[in-house]
Amino acid sequence: MQIEVNGDSIELADGATLVDLLTQMELTDMRVAIELNLEIVPRSEHGQTALKSGDKLEVVHAIGGG
Amino acid sequence: MSEQNNDQLIIAGASYNSRLLVGTGKYKDMAETEAAIAASGAEIVTVAVRRTNIGQNPDEPNLLDVISPDKYTILPNTAGCYTADDAVRTCRLARELLGGHNLVKLEVLGDQKTLYPDMSETLKATETLVKEGFDVMVYCSDDPIAAQKLEAMGVCAIMPLGSLIGSGLGILNPHNIRIIMESANIPVLVDAGVGTASDAAIAMEMGCEAVLMNTAIAAAKNPVLMASAMCKAIEAGREAYLAGRMPRKKYASASSPMDGLI
Repeated sequence: MQIEVNGDSIELADGATLVDLLTQMELTDMRVAIELNLEIVPRSEHGQTALKSGDKLEVVHAIGGG
Repeated sequence: MSEQNNDQLIIAGASYNSRLLVGTGKYKDMAETEAAIAASGAEIVTVAVRRTNIGQNPDEPNLLDVISPDKYTILPNTAGCYTADDAVRTCRLARELLGGHNLVKLEVLGDQKTLYPDMSETLKATETLVKEGFDVMVYCSDDPIAAQKLEAMGVCAIMPLGSLIGSGLGILNPHNIRIIMESANIPVLVDAGVGTASDAAIAMEMGCEAVLMNTAIAAAKNPVLMASAMCKAIEAGREAYLAGRMPRKKYASASSPMDGLI
């Protein structure tokens, strides 16, 4: 299935969860936050949150800024 | 000395010894970021929230490993947001990123050339964020009426610009900032515009509760040394404010006694 992550289209196996997505993005060890279709998904729910085709996600982290 | 020792900055119910808040942008690398922040003595440190494909060098440690939330109060900002909706989404992401932490720096900008605050969008975002339980420190114009509205809406700090973000022009309208401070019952901080140590001292001598800066340190030739200078300027300015300056006079007043002259 196709999903959109940070503005880019990504191919992901059907039924994949947010943990699977983070694994594919090599972000499992990083401190990130996820917004799925404009709603925050708490870290504790990443494993149970299954994605579906057309989902739009933002995966963010902290970087230097004022 | 005891007066100074008890002189703490209080933001959203938490006490801080340092009245200098610093950003983490524009540094050469993480090592310089870490050294400059340490030299500044700051306890509240701003960070930006960005997509994971943007930002840092993959070989470098993560910013939050260097500027640890265990050691610093992290103040996520909404820099780069031009609408209330984007700013609110960024704050929600930041809260999740930092494990439920409610303190945020709201900035909703008007255009890229000036990065001037868009106050109508800022007020709109403030309303939602306060309702959602955020402790909102607001980057704002030096408009006293906008500042009153923000306070009435329940923000925890008002942060008017001294001059444009990254301009280093100092405090261009100290009169407005004084008017804002006169009516405010919450901390007023100067955010943006400081160019060098004397600008920071001037803000503190005026009675500002604290100063937030980034470029003045990061864009100095020697950022770590400038961070140390800013730390001292903030302390000196605060002590001068507490001490109360002498009145300005038009003519001389001799410091040495007039009696006993030969």
